[in-house]
Amino acid sequence: MNELPRNVSTSGPLPRISAEVAAGAAAPRSRLAAFVDSDLLHSFLQSKLVVAAAIVTALLVGAALLAPLIAPHDPYDLRSLSLLDSNMPPAWETGGDQRYLLGTDDQGRDILSTILYGTRSSILIGICSVMLAIAIGLSLGLWAGYAGGRVDSVVMRIADVQLTFPAILTALLIDGVVLAIVRNYRMEGSKFWILVVAIGLSFWVQYARTVRGVTLVERNKEYVEAARLIGLHPLKIMFQHILPNVLGPVLVIATINLALAVITEATLSFLGVGLPPTEPSLGTMIQIGNKYLFSGSWWMVAFPGLTLALLALAVNLLGDWLRDALNPKLR
Amino acid sequence: MLAFAIRRLFEAAFVMVTVALLAFVLFRFVGDPVNQMVGQDTSIEDRIRLREELGLNDPIPVQFGRFLADAARFEFGISYQMKQPVTTIIAERFPATLELALAAALFALALGIPMGVYTGIHRDSWLSKFFLSVSLIGVSLPTFLIGILLIYVFAVWLGVLPSFGRGDVVRVGFWRTGLLTVSGLKALILPAVTLGLFQMTLVTRLVRSEMLEVLRTDYIKFARARGLPQRAINFGHALKNTLVPVITVIGLQLGAIIAFAIITETVFQWPGMGLMFIQAVQNADIPIMAAYLMLVAFLFVLINFIVDLIYVRVDPRIRIYGRGV
Repeated sequence: MNELPRNVSTSGPLPRISAEVAAGAAAPRSRLAAFVDSDLLHSFLQSKLVVAAAIVTALLVGAALLAPLIAPHDPYDLRSLSLLDSNMPPAWETGGDQRYLLGTDDQGRDILSTILYGTRSSILIGICSVMLAIAIGLSLGLWAGYAGGRVDSVVMRIADVQLTFPAILTALLIDGVVLAIVRNYRMEGSKFWILVVAIGLSFWVQYARTVRGVTLVERNKEYVEAARLIGLHPLKIMFQHILPNVLGPVLVIATINLALAVITEATLSFLGVGLPPTEPSLGTMIQIGNKYLFSGSWWMVAFPGLTLALLALAVNLLGDWLRDALNPKLR
Repeated sequence: MLAFAIRRLFEAAFVMVTVALLAFVLFRFVGDPVNQMVGQDTSIEDRIRLREELGLNDPIPVQFGRFLADAARFEFGISYQMKQPVTTIIAERFPATLELALAAALFALALGIPMGVYTGIHRDSWLSKFFLSVSLIGVSLPTFLIGILLIYVFAVWLGVLPSFGRGDVVRVGFWRTGLLTVSGLKALILPAVTLGLFQMTLVTRLVRSEMLEVLRTDYIKFARARGLPQRAINFGHALKNTLVPVITVIGLQLGAIIAFAIITETVFQWPGMGLMFIQAVQNADIPIMAAYLMLVAFLFVLINFIVDLIYVRVDPRIRIYGRGV
């Protein structure tokens, strides 16, 4: 579990967000380390299922991040593709080729390499969008909880309206609107960032509500009072004094949200509004493979589908465990 | 009760106006409505005339007011892609989605409640553990993957159920139903199961945790002490008291079912509103997107409102709280 916060704080291409998250994460790092030494590690090793989930997550994330180094082929390099190699079954089936362990897709791309690259896109989009959601939710939640009054009611009203809709619908809508704008003004936008924005904007509410709740309690404590009395800037109080107290629940939501974000990205790609077939994610691969299901090319869906299912299940299990371990009130 | 209902009604109206504002901004500012409606060879004079006719030169608040009035009558203009009134297109597709959503909710309840009761009563049996592992997988797997899996098993491999479409439909008044033909019912099974699976796991877990809670209370212990048969205690006393939250959650989940129908309808090429919406997103067909947004928002707000009222009727504690605030 140690690697999750590390990923969150270092791999962020958005400078503003990573600065914020890093500022918050740096302070409690040592406290977290001490915590890990005691209860958390113990409860972690207690459940074989959780250890297995952590290993699977680590393997998948590791393989995905190292994709350019370990993948046998480069699926983005169109020159290396040959249509003669398309629709090949896995190597152990009749008609399979030793060069393509898990077979090839309709363009002659190696499934194994494409899965590695696709998992990388999926995980990166997941992490970036969760970071965006945290940045928005954390800032708005702190602001609403600390300032109270009108700010609070406006932010929470917006949150309520958005909460009326499931996140997948919000993400689809934002994705659709951005696509329409990009198309109308002929902007060259990367689909990657459109997806990050769409998913990030649809997940911020949960953080905002949680952070606001904690902030409302912390605001009235003596240490905040003291900080206010010695004339600290409200921003400093919010981000340096209150923020460390909300990081626990935020971390739990972030883990569970990571699985949700990966699934949402895969769903959007599957629906044809996510990553394009030229730079496939797991969802895009499943969408392509789905077209060939009836011709018996099961490997085009099965392997990316299995990878996605494993990834989602493992991260979900980790999130569930983290929630229970950090919250003794739960059964 | 009345004050509570009125306050909820105001909140619902606030949500609707906010969503309408979003839909209006979409409609008016994402792309130029005139350019979308006419062909390339339309002269500039015609475009200016059309612009004037559509009222696009009026002040923005006036336009928004007109949009609201149109939306209240469910008039959203002509689809850019299909060149038909949006209302006609939606009226054609609404029954398909509603039938699918209700079938999915029914499936979720019919299987989820018994599974929840069983796992709540027999906490440590292997069957309970099996049910719970299945429900964990059901929560983790993306909907479209479950759909593809079902298609592969039941349509490709076993070849017993159709993998796409609605089968034969019968027209009853304006409503085109697939529930009255054999092929229609057969076509409904796979999509309904796909759509309902997530809700089923939710119901199972909810009923289970509620059962665990209720079975610990004093009145159950008392019923046992009176020597009532186990069956009467489990179903007559315990289950009845778990159903209030279950009804609430299912009510609220009906909205989620409609949203997730987008995915299920795409997998099964089910000719409902979800498939229409996803095609509109792909084609940047703003009138359909705006109309779908408004319709879904209306359904959600309506469901939330009804659930709130039911909840207040059933649980008197909320009524008192509502009066206090």
